[in-house]
Amino acid sequence: MSARIEPIVRVQAEDFDAAQEIARLTAGRTDIGAVVTFSGLCRDENGALSALELEHYPGMAEAEISRIANEATERWPLTGLTVIHRYGMMRPGDNIVLVVAASSHRQAAFEAASFLMDFLKTRAPFWKREHRADGTPGEWVAAKEEDDAAQARWR
Amino acid sequence: MVKLRYFAWVRERIGKAEEDIVLPAEVMSVRDLLLWLKERDEGYANALQHPEAIRVAINQEHADHNEPVGSAREIALFPPMTGG
Repeated sequence: MSARIEPIVRVQAEDFDAAQEIARLTAGRTDIGAVVTFSGLCRDENGALSALELEHYPGMAEAEISRIANEATERWPLTGLTVIHRYGMMRPGDNIVLVVAASSHRQAAFEAASFLMDFLKTRAPFWKREHRADGTPGEWVAAKEEDDAAQARWR
Repeated sequence: MVKLRYFAWVRERIGKAEEDIVLPAEVMSVRDLLLWLKERDEGYANALQHPEAIRVAINQEHADHNEPVGSAREIALFPPMTGG
């Protein structure tokens, strides 16, 4: 098996382009048989929200995502891994998070992408605040028990 | 001297994003720190009324409430995370 790869991790305000990120991982490679991409988008909760504001812990956000990404590269034989998480104000339809996992075979790529998302949800230091379409002050989004349960299944 | 950093509604309720503070000798663990801060004023009391629900990072790594605060340079307090 080839050496463990170094994941690409970015925490940024700017948007990202999923197709471009896939191309970056696969360019010039002939050993990649599978690429699984997950994109998380801002939704409007049936018109109730005008935006989601994402606060983050600069420094720790990058460090914690890198720890999670490195764990994924130890657990699965990945040939490429990119994780991008945005912060700031997101409008409905905007991209929030991207995971691109590449491997020789699909199983590792699917599982690694799923693992990454479960851990990003519960361990990456980001907090979402709602902005409501009717102008009333929005709430901080509460953490969900099902997200904790989803993370626990990887133990 | 340790830098305390607060995020999301913990930051809002305490009313500041960070502060430098000298911890008294009796504050040994993360749990001690939460209980000590909670007594400081109404804002802290409001932010930390359920200390067991507060997540903590020491030097930018997750720490559980039994962990010693020891020689930490930076301790962050925040609600459960909601990224992704």
